[in-house]
Amino acid sequence: MSLSWMAWTWPTAIFFIVIFMLLASMAVWEYARPGGHPRVGILRFETTRGDRLFVSLLGSAFITLAWLGLIGSSLWWALALSVVYAVGVFRYV
Amino acid sequence: MTKTWNNRAWFMVLPVLLLVAFSAVIPLMTVVNYSVQDTFGNNVFFWAGTEWYQDVLSSDRFWNAMGRNLAFSAIILAIEIPLGIFIALNMPRKGWGVPICLVLMALPLLIPWNVVGTIWQVFGRIDIGLLGRTLAAMGIDYNYVNDPFDAWVTVIVMDVWHWTSLVVLLSYAGLVSIPDAYYQAARIDGASRWAIFRYIQLPKMNRVLLIAVLLRFMDSFMIYTEPFVVTGGGPGNTTTFLSIDLVKLAIGEFNLGEAAAMSIIYFLIILLLSWVFYTVMTNAGSEK
Repeated sequence: MSLSWMAWTWPTAIFFIVIFMLLASMAVWEYARPGGHPRVGILRFETTRGDRLFVSLLGSAFITLAWLGLIGSSLWWALALSVVYAVGVFRYV
Repeated sequence: MTKTWNNRAWFMVLPVLLLVAFSAVIPLMTVVNYSVQDTFGNNVFFWAGTEWYQDVLSSDRFWNAMGRNLAFSAIILAIEIPLGIFIALNMPRKGWGVPICLVLMALPLLIPWNVVGTIWQVFGRIDIGLLGRTLAAMGIDYNYVNDPFDAWVTVIVMDVWHWTSLVVLLSYAGLVSIPDAYYQAARIDGASRWAIFRYIQLPKMNRVLLIAVLLRFMDSFMIYTEPFVVTGGGPGNTTTFLSIDLVKLAIGEFNLGEAAAMSIIYFLIILLLSWVFYTVMTNAGSEK
């Protein structure tokens, strides 16, 4: 089966592999410690690990877009900022 | 009692996962792949990196369409929500009038989007349309084809005509679920009509109104068919909303890379707003 219609590139393939690995590691984490570790953080409502991953990924997407729109096309600092943001979300949200 | 925990239950969601993968995830992955490349057809692609994203984010065209879309959503919410509540409050709660009102309210919701667009396109025409000819006979200079203000009024009135019923039905469902004891207590206290609405009906309708706001906002933010059929996005670009602009870019101009980048940005905005609304709704429910 040819997948040429999907127009794959290495950077986008790596991007999706990373997303898939994040989801797989969340599944493993859930298997090891079931329940999703719900807690009320600085947003003042209950979030689980899955919620925190979603907020991290969505926020990182907007950080990247803001970087592209306001600063430039080199995204390494945006990536670093996104990692810091994700750590913050998992720690405090 | 110990809770049974079996992670093999996750296999039960496998069919849904496969369905979503084929209908949403794989197409979305393809759009992401397109958004970083350029193509002239024949499955030949050239790497473009983040160029399309920068083009979209720095284009006035995108931000203008976004502004129009947000303005449209804000206007229709400001009209449809209060109007829907007002109609629901005045609908009968018992007797033969109930089924008649409910059927009348449900009718606009049953009409397909493109048919609604065609109805209003003909209705507003100044040569053969009932609305257009009536306004012309009254001396009102109305022409939705040439005048941006008239085009906006037509598109907004069309949306209000089509979708206020949804708010009415949701509000009505919220109203009839309020136990009679609340009204009896209000009568004993001598509460005014306004006080009953403000302190009993409105708080009790809170949940359904949030659902109404969510549905109407998301739907109006993604609106395509009705304004496309009536105005085609014109005159000029004055009623070109994000989805119309996206289709123009992808199919009209065959600019697939830029259209894909715009789709991803549009998708992320929708995702963010959906999450915000969902979070507000679920937390509003948990407080009760």
